[in-house]
Amino acid sequence: MRGERRDVPAERNHEELLALKAEGYNMLVDLTCVDYLSQNKTPRFDVIYRLMKFGLSDGKDLGRVEIHCTTGEAPVLRSVKDLWPVADWLEREVWDMFGVQFSDRPDIKRLLMYEEFVGHPLRKDYPIAKRQPLIGPKDGAKADSPSFNILKPTVTGE
Amino acid sequence: MLEDASYLTSRLDEAIGWARKYSIFQYPFVTACCGMEYMSAAASHYDMDRFGAGFPRFSPRQADCLLVVGTISHKLAPVLRRIYEQMPQPKWVVAFGVCTCTGGFYNDYATVMGIDTIVPVDLYIPGCPPRPETVLQGLMLLQEKIQKTGGSFR
Repeated sequence: MRGERRDVPAERNHEELLALKAEGYNMLVDLTCVDYLSQNKTPRFDVIYRLMKFGLSDGKDLGRVEIHCTTGEAPVLRSVKDLWPVADWLEREVWDMFGVQFSDRPDIKRLLMYEEFVGHPLRKDYPIAKRQPLIGPKDGAKADSPSFNILKPTVTGE
Repeated sequence: MLEDASYLTSRLDEAIGWARKYSIFQYPFVTACCGMEYMSAAASHYDMDRFGAGFPRFSPRQADCLLVVGTISHKLAPVLRRIYEQMPQPKWVVAFGVCTCTGGFYNDYATVMGIDTIVPVDLYIPGCPPRPETVLQGLMLLQEKIQKTGGSFR
Protein backbone atom coordinates (compact mmCIF):
# COMPACT_ATOMS: atom_id res chain seq x y z
CA MET A 1 0.00 0.00 0.00
CA ARG A 2 1.16 3.52 -0.68
CA GLY A 3 1.26 5.96 2.21
CA GLU A 4 2.43 5.62 5.74
CA ARG A 5 1.08 3.76 8.75
CA ARG A 6 0.39 5.48 12.04
CA ASP A 7 -0.56 3.95 15.37
CA VAL A 8 -3.03 5.92 17.43
CA PRO A 9 -4.39 5.10 20.90
CA ALA A 10 -8.00 3.98 20.55
CA GLU A 11 -9.31 6.51 23.07
CA ARG A 12 -7.86 9.36 21.00
CA ASN A 13 -9.08 8.21 17.58
CA HIS A 14 -11.50 11.08 17.00
CA GLU A 15 -8.99 13.84 17.83
CA GLU A 16 -6.25 12.35 15.63
CA LEU A 17 -8.62 11.79 12.73
CA LEU A 18 -10.00 15.31 13.08
CA ALA A 19 -6.43 16.66 12.83
CA LEU A 20 -5.80 14.51 9.73
CA LYS A 21 -8.97 15.77 8.12
CA ALA A 22 -7.83 19.33 8.74
CA GLU A 23 -4.53 18.35 7.11
CA GLY A 24 -6.41 17.58 3.90
CA TYR A 25 -7.43 13.92 4.11
CA ASN A 26 -10.95 14.49 2.80
CA MET A 27 -11.88 10.87 2.03
CA LEU A 28 -12.32 7.84 4.27
CA VAL A 29 -11.48 4.95 1.97
CA ASP A 30 -12.13 2.12 4.41
CA LEU A 31 -12.82 1.40 8.03
CA THR A 32 -12.31 -2.18 9.10
CA CYS A 33 -11.09 -4.39 11.91
CA VAL A 34 -8.81 -7.40 12.45
CA ASP A 35 -9.21 -9.95 15.23
CA TYR A 36 -5.78 -11.28 16.30
CA LEU A 37 -7.12 -13.84 18.77
CA SER A 38 -5.61 -16.82 16.94
CA GLN A 39 -2.17 -15.14 16.91
CA ASN A 40 -2.34 -14.41 20.66
CA LYS A 41 -1.56 -10.72 20.34
CA THR A 42 -2.39 -8.88 23.55
CA PRO A 43 -4.45 -5.98 22.25
CA ARG A 44 -6.81 -8.32 20.48
CA PHE A 45 -8.53 -6.02 18.00
CA ASP A 46 -7.01 -3.64 15.47
CA VAL A 47 -9.42 -1.06 14.06
CA ILE A 48 -8.05 0.38 10.83
CA TYR A 49 -8.96 3.67 9.15
CA ARG A 50 -7.60 4.28 5.65
CA LEU A 51 -7.62 7.89 4.54
CA MET A 52 -6.87 9.55 1.23
CA LYS A 53 -6.28 13.06 -0.02
CA PHE A 54 -8.54 13.33 -3.04
CA GLY A 55 -7.68 16.21 -5.36
CA LEU A 56 -11.04 17.92 -5.83
CA SER A 57 -9.93 19.86 -8.92
CA ASP A 58 -8.20 17.10 -10.89
CA GLY A 59 -9.33 13.90 -9.16
CA LYS A 60 -5.76 12.86 -8.37
CA ASP A 61 -4.60 10.75 -5.45
CA LEU A 62 -2.52 13.21 -3.38
CA GLY A 63 -1.50 10.88 -0.58
CA ARG A 64 -2.74 8.17 1.73
CA VAL A 65 -2.37 7.18 5.35
CA GLU A 66 -3.43 4.16 7.39
CA ILE A 67 -4.44 4.65 11.05
CA HIS A 68 -4.30 1.63 13.39
CA CYS A 69 -6.10 1.70 16.74
CA THR A 70 -5.35 -1.42 18.77
CA THR A 71 -7.85 -2.22 21.50
CA GLY A 72 -8.48 -5.09 23.89
CA GLU A 73 -11.63 -7.07 24.66
CA ALA A 74 -14.92 -5.14 24.38
CA PRO A 75 -13.50 -2.35 22.22
CA VAL A 76 -15.11 1.09 22.44
CA LEU A 77 -14.15 3.91 20.08
CA ARG A 78 -15.59 7.28 19.21
CA SER A 79 -17.61 7.55 16.05
CA VAL A 80 -16.18 9.55 13.13
CA LYS A 81 -19.54 9.80 11.40
CA ASP A 82 -19.41 13.59 11.84
CA LEU A 83 -16.10 13.82 9.93
CA TRP A 84 -16.88 11.52 7.01
CA PRO A 85 -20.56 10.53 6.54
CA VAL A 86 -19.47 7.26 4.87
CA ALA A 87 -18.30 6.09 8.30
CA ASP A 88 -21.97 5.57 9.24
CA TRP A 89 -22.37 2.27 7.38
CA LEU A 90 -18.74 1.23 7.84
CA GLU A 91 -19.12 1.54 11.60
CA ARG A 92 -22.35 -0.42 11.45
CA GLU A 93 -20.53 -3.18 9.58
CA VAL A 94 -17.62 -3.23 12.04
CA TRP A 95 -20.12 -3.41 14.90
CA ASP A 96 -22.05 -6.18 13.16
CA MET A 97 -19.06 -8.36 12.31
CA PHE A 98 -16.64 -7.68 15.19
CA GLY A 99 -18.68 -6.10 18.00
CA VAL A 100 -16.66 -2.89 18.06
CA GLN A 101 -18.75 -0.34 19.95
CA PHE A 102 -18.92 3.37 19.29
CA SER A 103 -19.50 5.40 22.42
CA ASP A 104 -21.66 8.10 20.84
CA ARG A 105 -23.79 5.60 18.91
CA PRO A 106 -25.48 3.56 21.65
CA ASP A 107 -28.35 2.28 19.44
CA ILE A 108 -26.25 1.30 16.42
CA LYS A 109 -27.96 -1.18 14.06
CA ARG A 110 -26.49 -4.22 12.37
CA LEU A 111 -25.70 -3.69 8.70
CA LEU A 112 -25.49 -7.17 7.17
CA MET A 113 -26.93 -9.69 9.62
CA TYR A 114 -30.54 -9.75 10.78
CA GLU A 115 -31.66 -8.16 14.03
CA GLU A 116 -32.29 -11.53 15.72
CA PHE A 117 -28.70 -12.66 15.16
CA VAL A 118 -26.75 -13.15 18.39
CA GLY A 119 -23.02 -12.54 18.45
CA HIS A 120 -20.49 -11.21 15.96
CA PRO A 121 -19.61 -13.75 13.28
CA LEU A 122 -16.15 -12.56 12.22
CA ARG A 123 -14.74 -12.77 15.75
CA LYS A 124 -12.35 -15.67 15.88
CA ASP A 125 -14.12 -17.14 18.91
CA TYR A 126 -17.46 -17.35 17.08
CA PRO A 127 -17.99 -21.12 16.58
CA ILE A 128 -17.51 -21.90 12.89
CA ALA A 129 -20.31 -24.48 12.90
CA LYS A 130 -22.85 -22.34 14.76
CA ARG A 131 -26.09 -21.74 12.83
CA GLN A 132 -28.86 -19.30 13.68
CA PRO A 133 -31.62 -19.84 11.08
CA LEU A 134 -34.52 -17.39 11.11
CA ILE A 135 -37.01 -20.01 9.94
CA GLY A 136 -36.81 -23.74 9.62
CA PRO A 137 -36.98 -26.82 11.81
CA LYS A 138 -34.56 -27.06 14.72
CA ASP A 139 -33.52 -30.59 13.85
CA GLY A 140 -32.64 -29.74 10.25
CA ALA A 141 -35.55 -31.79 8.88
CA LYS A 142 -36.98 -31.17 5.43
CA ALA A 143 -39.52 -28.40 4.92
CA ASP A 144 -42.44 -30.77 4.27
CA SER A 145 -41.81 -32.68 7.51
CA PRO A 146 -44.54 -32.41 10.20
CA SER A 147 -42.13 -30.73 12.64
CA PHE A 148 -41.80 -27.72 10.37
CA ASN A 149 -43.62 -24.69 11.74
CA ILE A 150 -43.21 -21.43 9.90
CA LEU A 151 -45.58 -19.48 12.10
CA LYS A 152 -43.05 -19.55 14.92
CA PRO A 153 -39.64 -18.43 13.69
CA THR A 154 -37.06 -20.36 15.63
CA VAL A 155 -33.59 -19.15 16.46
CA THR A 156 -31.34 -22.10 17.10
CA GLY A 157 -27.76 -22.00 18.19
CA GLU A 158 -25.00 -24.60 18.39
CA MET B 1 -70.15 -48.91 -14.24
CA LEU B 2 -67.78 -47.93 -11.40
CA GLU B 3 -64.79 -49.17 -13.35
CA ASP B 4 -65.84 -47.04 -16.27
CA ALA B 5 -65.93 -43.95 -14.05
CA SER B 6 -62.42 -44.54 -12.64
CA TYR B 7 -61.14 -45.18 -16.17
CA LEU B 8 -62.63 -41.86 -17.23
CA THR B 9 -61.11 -39.86 -14.33
CA SER B 10 -57.69 -41.41 -14.78
CA ARG B 11 -57.78 -40.52 -18.49
CA LEU B 12 -58.85 -37.00 -17.50
CA ASP B 13 -55.95 -36.68 -15.01
CA GLU B 14 -53.59 -37.78 -17.73
CA ALA B 15 -54.94 -35.14 -20.11
CA ILE B 16 -54.70 -32.42 -17.48
CA GLY B 17 -51.16 -33.50 -16.57
CA TRP B 18 -50.20 -33.43 -20.24
CA ALA B 19 -51.58 -29.89 -20.54
CA ARG B 20 -49.89 -28.75 -17.34
CA LYS B 21 -46.44 -30.06 -18.14
CA TYR B 22 -46.29 -28.09 -21.39
CA SER B 23 -47.37 -24.82 -19.81
CA ILE B 24 -44.95 -24.21 -16.93
CA PHE B 25 -45.27 -20.64 -15.68
CA GLN B 26 -41.99 -20.16 -13.88
CA TYR B 27 -41.06 -17.61 -11.28
CA PRO B 28 -37.26 -17.17 -11.29
CA PHE B 29 -36.06 -16.26 -7.78
CA VAL B 30 -32.58 -15.22 -8.91
CA THR B 31 -30.07 -14.18 -6.26
CA ALA B 32 -26.62 -15.05 -7.59
CA CYS B 33 -24.38 -16.09 -10.47
CA CYS B 34 -26.57 -19.09 -11.41
CA GLY B 35 -28.88 -16.44 -12.85
CA MET B 36 -26.51 -16.04 -15.80
CA GLU B 37 -26.81 -19.73 -16.58
CA TYR B 38 -30.57 -19.53 -16.17
CA MET B 39 -30.69 -16.65 -18.68
CA SER B 40 -28.63 -18.61 -21.14
CA ALA B 41 -30.92 -21.64 -20.76
CA ALA B 42 -34.01 -19.47 -21.17
CA ALA B 43 -32.77 -17.42 -24.13
CA SER B 44 -32.96 -18.35 -27.78
CA HIS B 45 -29.88 -20.59 -28.07
CA TYR B 46 -31.02 -23.29 -25.61
CA ASP B 47 -34.62 -22.11 -25.75
CA MET B 48 -36.65 -23.30 -22.76
CA ASP B 49 -39.73 -22.29 -24.74
CA ARG B 50 -39.50 -25.60 -26.63
CA PHE B 51 -40.72 -27.24 -23.43
CA GLY B 52 -43.53 -24.81 -22.88
CA ALA B 53 -41.63 -22.95 -20.17
CA GLY B 54 -40.73 -19.86 -22.09
CA PHE B 55 -42.66 -17.30 -20.14
CA PRO B 56 -41.17 -16.24 -16.79
CA ARG B 57 -43.74 -14.41 -14.65
CA PHE B 58 -42.40 -11.84 -12.24
CA SER B 59 -45.23 -12.24 -9.78
CA PRO B 60 -45.48 -15.43 -7.71
CA ARG B 61 -49.29 -15.17 -7.88
CA GLN B 62 -49.17 -15.91 -11.61
CA ALA B 63 -46.63 -18.72 -11.46
CA ASP B 64 -46.73 -22.43 -10.74
CA CYS B 65 -43.02 -23.32 -10.78
CA LEU B 66 -40.63 -21.61 -8.36
CA LEU B 67 -37.08 -21.68 -9.70
CA VAL B 68 -34.73 -20.85 -6.83
CA VAL B 69 -31.58 -19.76 -8.63
CA GLY B 70 -28.61 -18.90 -6.43
CA THR B 71 -27.41 -18.82 -2.85
CA ILE B 72 -30.06 -18.20 -0.17
CA SER B 73 -28.92 -16.57 3.06
CA HIS B 74 -30.68 -16.89 6.40
CA LYS B 75 -31.69 -13.26 6.15
CA LEU B 76 -33.49 -13.96 2.87
CA ALA B 77 -35.08 -17.25 3.95
CA PRO B 78 -38.38 -15.77 5.27
CA VAL B 79 -38.78 -13.88 1.98
CA LEU B 80 -38.40 -17.05 -0.05
CA ARG B 81 -40.91 -18.83 2.17
CA ARG B 82 -43.41 -16.02 1.71
CA ILE B 83 -42.96 -16.10 -2.07
CA TYR B 84 -43.61 -19.84 -2.02
CA GLU B 85 -46.78 -19.39 -0.02
CA GLN B 86 -48.07 -16.70 -2.37
CA MET B 87 -48.04 -19.10 -5.32
CA PRO B 88 -51.35 -20.74 -6.24
CA GLN B 89 -51.77 -24.51 -6.18
CA PRO B 90 -50.62 -26.76 -7.76
CA LYS B 91 -47.00 -25.66 -7.51
CA TRP B 92 -43.52 -27.07 -7.93
CA VAL B 93 -40.14 -25.95 -6.62
CA VAL B 94 -36.83 -26.41 -8.41
CA ALA B 95 -33.51 -25.98 -6.58
CA PHE B 96 -31.25 -24.61 -9.30
CA GLY B 97 -27.52 -24.92 -8.59
CA VAL B 98 -25.61 -26.59 -5.79
CA CYS B 99 -26.00 -23.67 -3.35
CA THR B 100 -29.75 -24.17 -3.24
CA CYS B 101 -29.39 -27.97 -3.08
CA THR B 102 -26.95 -28.22 -0.16
CA GLY B 103 -25.41 -24.81 0.52
CA GLY B 104 -22.62 -25.59 -1.94
CA PHE B 105 -19.15 -24.49 -0.96
CA TYR B 106 -20.56 -22.12 1.64
CA ASN B 107 -20.37 -23.59 5.12
CA ASP B 108 -20.78 -20.54 7.28
CA TYR B 109 -23.00 -18.49 9.56
CA ALA B 110 -24.87 -16.74 6.74
CA THR B 111 -25.97 -19.37 4.23
CA VAL B 112 -28.95 -21.74 4.29
CA MET B 113 -27.71 -25.31 4.00
CA GLY B 114 -30.12 -26.33 1.26
CA ILE B 115 -33.48 -24.69 0.61
CA ASP B 116 -35.28 -27.94 1.49
CA THR B 117 -35.07 -26.73 5.08
CA ILE B 118 -37.34 -23.80 4.10
CA VAL B 119 -39.61 -24.97 1.25
CA PRO B 120 -40.41 -28.43 -0.12
CA VAL B 121 -38.30 -29.13 -3.22
CA ASP B 122 -39.43 -31.22 -6.20
CA LEU B 123 -36.29 -31.23 -8.28
CA TYR B 124 -32.61 -30.66 -7.56
CA ILE B 125 -30.35 -29.45 -10.38
CA PRO B 126 -26.73 -29.66 -9.17
CA GLY B 127 -23.78 -27.82 -10.69
CA CYS B 128 -21.84 -24.68 -9.95
CA PRO B 129 -23.47 -23.33 -12.01
CA PRO B 130 -25.34 -26.08 -13.92
CA ARG B 131 -24.84 -26.08 -17.67
CA PRO B 132 -27.94 -25.35 -19.77
CA GLU B 133 -28.06 -28.99 -20.86
CA THR B 134 -28.37 -30.00 -17.21
CA VAL B 135 -31.14 -27.45 -16.76
CA LEU B 136 -33.04 -28.78 -19.76
CA GLN B 137 -32.69 -32.36 -18.53
CA GLY B 138 -33.98 -31.20 -15.16
CA LEU B 139 -36.89 -29.48 -16.85
CA MET B 140 -37.82 -32.68 -18.68
CA LEU B 141 -37.65 -34.65 -15.42
CA LEU B 142 -39.93 -32.04 -13.84
CA GLN B 143 -42.37 -32.48 -16.72
CA GLU B 144 -42.41 -36.21 -16.04
CA LYS B 145 -43.13 -35.50 -12.40
CA ILE B 146 -45.91 -33.04 -13.28
CA GLN B 147 -47.47 -35.63 -15.60
CA LYS B 148 -47.48 -38.21 -12.81
CA THR B 149 -48.39 -36.07 -9.79
CA GLY B 150 -50.05 -33.03 -11.36
CA GLY B 151 -53.33 -33.41 -9.51
CA SER B 152 -51.88 -33.64 -5.98
CA PHE B 153 -52.06 -30.43 -4.02
CA ARG B 154 -50.06 -29.66 -0.87
